[in-house]
Amino acid sequence: MNLKLGSLREIRALLGVVAFGLALGVLMGCAAQEGGDSYPNRSISYVIPFDPGGESDITARIQQGPLEEALGVSVVVSHQPGGGGALGWSELTRTEPDGYTIMGHNLPHIILQPMVRDDAGYETDQINQVYIFQSTPNALVVPEDSPYQSLEDLIRAAEENPGSITLGGSGEYTANHIGTLLLNELAGVEFTYVPFTGTGSAVPALLGGQVDGLMTYTTAALDMEEQGVRVLAVAAEERVSQLPDAPTFQEEGYDLVEGAFRGVAVPPETPEEIIQTLAEAFREVNNDPQVIEQMEELGFTLENLGPEEARELTQERREVYERLLEDLEELETG
Amino acid sequence: MLELLVDAVIQNLSPGLFILIILGVIGGMALGAMPGLSVTVGLALLLPITFTMDPVSGLVLMGAFYMGAVYGGAFTSILVNAPGTPSSIATAFDGYPMTRQGRSEEAIVGVTIASVIGGLAGVAGLIFFAPLLANFVLNFGPQEYFWIGIFGLTMIASLAARSLVLGLIGGFLGLLLSSVGVAPVGGDVRFTFGFTYLQGGVPLIVALIGLFTVPVIIDMIANPGARHAEMMDGGGRGGAGVVWSTVRDVLSRPMNLIRSSVIGTVVGALPGAGGNIANLIAYNEAKRTSKRSERFGKGEVDGVVAPETANNAVVGAGLIPLLTLGIPGAPPDAVIYGVLLLHGLRPGPDLFVAQGPLVFTFMVSIAIAAIVMIPVGLIAGRALQRAVVSMPTRYLAPAIVLLTIVGSYAVRNNVADVGLMLLLGIAGYVLRELGIHPATIVLGLVLGPIIETGLVQGLLAASGLETPWTSFFTRPISLVIIAMTILAALWPLWVSRRDQRAREMQEEG
Repeated sequence: MNLKLGSLREIRALLGVVAFGLALGVLMGCAAQEGGDSYPNRSISYVIPFDPGGESDITARIQQGPLEEALGVSVVVSHQPGGGGALGWSELTRTEPDGYTIMGHNLPHIILQPMVRDDAGYETDQINQVYIFQSTPNALVVPEDSPYQSLEDLIRAAEENPGSITLGGSGEYTANHIGTLLLNELAGVEFTYVPFTGTGSAVPALLGGQVDGLMTYTTAALDMEEQGVRVLAVAAEERVSQLPDAPTFQEEGYDLVEGAFRGVAVPPETPEEIIQTLAEAFREVNNDPQVIEQMEELGFTLENLGPEEARELTQERREVYERLLEDLEELETG
Repeated sequence: MLELLVDAVIQNLSPGLFILIILGVIGGMALGAMPGLSVTVGLALLLPITFTMDPVSGLVLMGAFYMGAVYGGAFTSILVNAPGTPSSIATAFDGYPMTRQGRSEEAIVGVTIASVIGGLAGVAGLIFFAPLLANFVLNFGPQEYFWIGIFGLTMIASLAARSLVLGLIGGFLGLLLSSVGVAPVGGDVRFTFGFTYLQGGVPLIVALIGLFTVPVIIDMIANPGARHAEMMDGGGRGGAGVVWSTVRDVLSRPMNLIRSSVIGTVVGALPGAGGNIANLIAYNEAKRTSKRSERFGKGEVDGVVAPETANNAVVGAGLIPLLTLGIPGAPPDAVIYGVLLLHGLRPGPDLFVAQGPLVFTFMVSIAIAAIVMIPVGLIAGRALQRAVVSMPTRYLAPAIVLLTIVGSYAVRNNVADVGLMLLLGIAGYVLRELGIHPATIVLGLVLGPIIETGLVQGLLAASGLETPWTSFFTRPISLVIIAMTILAALWPLWVSRRDQRAREMQEEG
């Protein structure tokens, strides 16, 4: 043998690389064999533009299994957080429109971000909506020891002390924030909105008495009810089944219907057949009895809006928000 | 309760669960050691596997994985100056110098003891003081978080050993970097310079990899022989001797372990702060109270023990607000929250009553995971340490380069983050040569959002008062933190004056 020790080591390293390459090739071969020519024939990536553990993530986890059954291929959930979802959505506009990358989308985020930011990285119309499958209406809650027993009490207090009653909520230009602004407008009062970095950090602020109340989602209200939190009103068209004792804002005389809607979208210019296939699959998933049971238990309101209906809703809300923001601007400059 | 505890221990020692704990710890360690893959991401990857299990097994696996991941984060901190998770930032301050001195084995053994004790302390806090601590942390409002952030900034003084001015420059650079992107409160988009990508801000892990690890790679490439020569100077000792002498050494200063455990448990129970803050505070307090504080930053074993004790205490303590109030104490807890919800278990006071055996089995399993880290760390951990130490620089440097690229990409699955990492890395190298410690920049980056959020939310929440800013000075807990801040800020001045006086006395005498 005329080989030096050094070169022997290098040969071994080379062999390692070759083996790794072979293994990779075999794996990719397996992936390619998964299906035939028609869409979908390989694994679909379902991207959540938020951190794991939130409402969007939990929904995706519940959907994952039934969605794989409906589409016949595997579905992989991953996360691309940042900028309140904007980083993911801006990435979506640059993604190949082949239907193998789908992304969660939320109202009102995708309407308000392009409206209030100079450049959100995407336009509302570029978020190619496939389906809206659930919503969480706003709920106004106060702590157990709060002096306010009803919505009327709270509004009267706000009338007497303009600006000094604080309502916490999740984020800025979110359904919670907009809901508070709309309530201010409808009731002619001035609640001070305190934005927290998520529902998770708003809840301790309420329980610890840092804010007078929360404009939060029905899911969080349901969580907190156990700890004695009172739900004064729900911003839905009819009472939410999980919170049967909480009146709607409409019953109390304020026409406030506001909340977050969650769905799924694909890149712009995705072929219509692909959108229809996906929409059909999500409709099927949303009608799965087990999915319905799990989602309702968590306090979600199920929605079944296909591509056109989702776009209609988006357009409708957009007009409301445009008007609201214009009024606000006038208030601030005037 | 005793009965529940005993039952839980017996449950956990059944072969099925015990094997899950071992697998969870090993898997967690491997992931934690990868810079860029955070504990949260690891738990999210694990989530689909737990669906196929019953709730107890799923939770036990996740708890063990979480514990192992926080421990694993220390390895890359120590061996290549790349904190595996933000919970191990401070571990690099003394861990990497120890490696340079050929004392990496001592550091690894030290963090193993620290992690086990911290892990057990956090679980003890969870089992015995959960309701008490939960009520206590609810008193922390925006004002208190603001002051905690300011308190953390006093660390600049101790990190910038040579020049306070350079330390402050680094700290403010970090604060500035933290303000890039969408404002945490208010939603304004700032300092993006027209790049929509910057809306997401500068992710902490990307900055960590760039500022800490890239300068080390540049060093290795610039002077490939230096690393090996320095390590050999340390004598290259090894074997059982080091293990026992380190164990005795670390245990001989129990105050460091107790103090760091308490810091980790309290900070972990706070919903607005987690391991990334706890490890920094624990390091600073260890340095401040140590009799050998001048050795910190140059390879002091207590400097790796303190942060690693605290961050593993966060694991158990973070579950306190989650299980009692339904509020995740740290981002990884949000994933565990998801598992509970998906299995139809709603966290809150009722969970303990309705699901007592399940909750106790889960809590005890985390303690057992902490104990399992002893054999796993001493066998697998030391094997990894030996492999990295004996690897020639010409292989190690490219391997770390690969690690930094994969790691910074994996944070948000974003290619642009790799570029940002390299940019920060070069800036970090230049700044380090100018005498600005990269840790001061990271400190600003970690604390900036807490300070800003606390300030704005505090002012808004107190808008009922005529002068909202006074609320920052009237709340009892705020006042305590303010007093601690003043003390911490003045401490280095007092120490230097004391030393000076001692020197004068000597000269006179």
